[in-house]
Amino acid sequence: MDFEPSSEQQMLIDQVRRFVREEIIPLEAKLDPDASELDPADHARLVEKTKAMGLFGIDIPKEYGGPDIDIVTRVLLAIEMAQHRAGLYVPCYGTFGGAGLAQIFEANEDQKERYLYPTLRGEKKAFFGLTEPSGGSDPARAIQTKAERKDNGWVLNGAKIFISNADRAQYGIVFARTDAAKGRAGITCFIIDSDTPGFHVRRVVHTLRSSHYATELEFKDCWVSDHQVLGEVNKGFAVANDRLTRQRIPYAAGCIGVAIAAHEMAIGWAKMRSTFGEKLANRQAVQWMLVDNEIDIRTAKHFTLEAAEKARRGLPFRIEASIAKLTASEGGGRVVDRSMQIHGGMGMTKDLPLERWYREMRIRRVGEGPSEVQRMVIAREILGSNLR
Amino acid sequence: MSLRLRLDKPWRPLSVEEATRLPGQLGVYQVADAAGTVLFIGHAGGRSPFGLRSELQREASERGPGHQFRVEVNQQYRSRWFELLMVYKADHGSLPADNAKNPPPNLGRLSPA
Repeated sequence: MDFEPSSEQQMLIDQVRRFVREEIIPLEAKLDPDASELDPADHARLVEKTKAMGLFGIDIPKEYGGPDIDIVTRVLLAIEMAQHRAGLYVPCYGTFGGAGLAQIFEANEDQKERYLYPTLRGEKKAFFGLTEPSGGSDPARAIQTKAERKDNGWVLNGAKIFISNADRAQYGIVFARTDAAKGRAGITCFIIDSDTPGFHVRRVVHTLRSSHYATELEFKDCWVSDHQVLGEVNKGFAVANDRLTRQRIPYAAGCIGVAIAAHEMAIGWAKMRSTFGEKLANRQAVQWMLVDNEIDIRTAKHFTLEAAEKARRGLPFRIEASIAKLTASEGGGRVVDRSMQIHGGMGMTKDLPLERWYREMRIRRVGEGPSEVQRMVIAREILGSNLR
Repeated sequence: MSLRLRLDKPWRPLSVEEATRLPGQLGVYQVADAAGTVLFIGHAGGRSPFGLRSELQREASERGPGHQFRVEVNQQYRSRWFELLMVYKADHGSLPADNAKNPPPNLGRLSPA
């Protein structure tokens, strides 16, 4: 496959690269190094710019008014958008708009009116409630939140953890067990309004990540009507699983973007910094670290674009998405680590973005399916689906 | 096991001298009046020259006598700061008076158990 960007793609890449360098990075230099949000006035001004670029709502499908960006181009742009301090989890501080959760596009017309369209208009925000204290890597078995029939609806009881944005969202998509005997075929997806009695955001879960802190949720006799079931009863896991696979491609792209930014910083530093009368760039130990960075970046980029291309062509891409996520999150972590090593003491400080990237990149080996699960997915594919 | 939600250490008198004894680390703090009513929840972030020490020295200089403070050293100062604001709002129905003058945008809501 040829992954050289077309002239149209290159034009968009250049446009986004300029936006990051001329608009985002100068503003970011004045923010707290762990900040995740721009000043509201700056945010509004930059949203007008992305609208003028024709790239606002970049993830919204064309039929819903989005700019019709294919997934390969989206990956190329995601790599650019991540190249600033907060870029791994808050690329361009959300100034390219959001599309909401992918699952909500599966909603019926009534639910679309109540949730999807307000989300696309920026009036509502959502959270994704899957992981529980009992586990996140194997949600089909770990989900213990129960939903039981009552009064033409369902009563939810249980807890969720590591849920981003639940304290700020107007609604969320929540997975609960509706048939204990059926394993993964006994899970249903619900849309829960945040003001539903019995829904509680109990606390912030503090992690390595500066952006989008996580929260812990509790459902205590939380009743919702049948109108809040997303998709079909007992078929919720398919909805979750599809999202988890698709999400791995842009997730990988973000890691690559940060790795490129860290690598460029390391190259610049190595050319400038001298020790014992010699530039770092002339020392073999440093050269090899830079070479390994380059290889990690090129490898991850190749596999991520391959996964995106297969997805674009409508081909199966499950194994490719896992390889992309694995190589980008693990390789990205190594690149940031080496870049810090080349920077020495300065690399450990909050004066430079490397410190934040190091912390946040570590989470990428666990989030959206840990490395071990990605290897299991790949192993099953190459050894046969009956492998247990 | 979860961390303590509320900041409930003993109050210390707010003065430049007392603040000078603080570590130059990142973290969160509360300032209260003499009766213990919380007036402000703040944080010492990565751009504070000497972390909590600088922030509380500034608070002491600006507010004058008759105030108290308490601090918590915390590397995750931003998420802890948001958490303290949300917990205070859940407990009291509104933000501390001085935070309410300039509330952080998009502050979430908690309903602590």
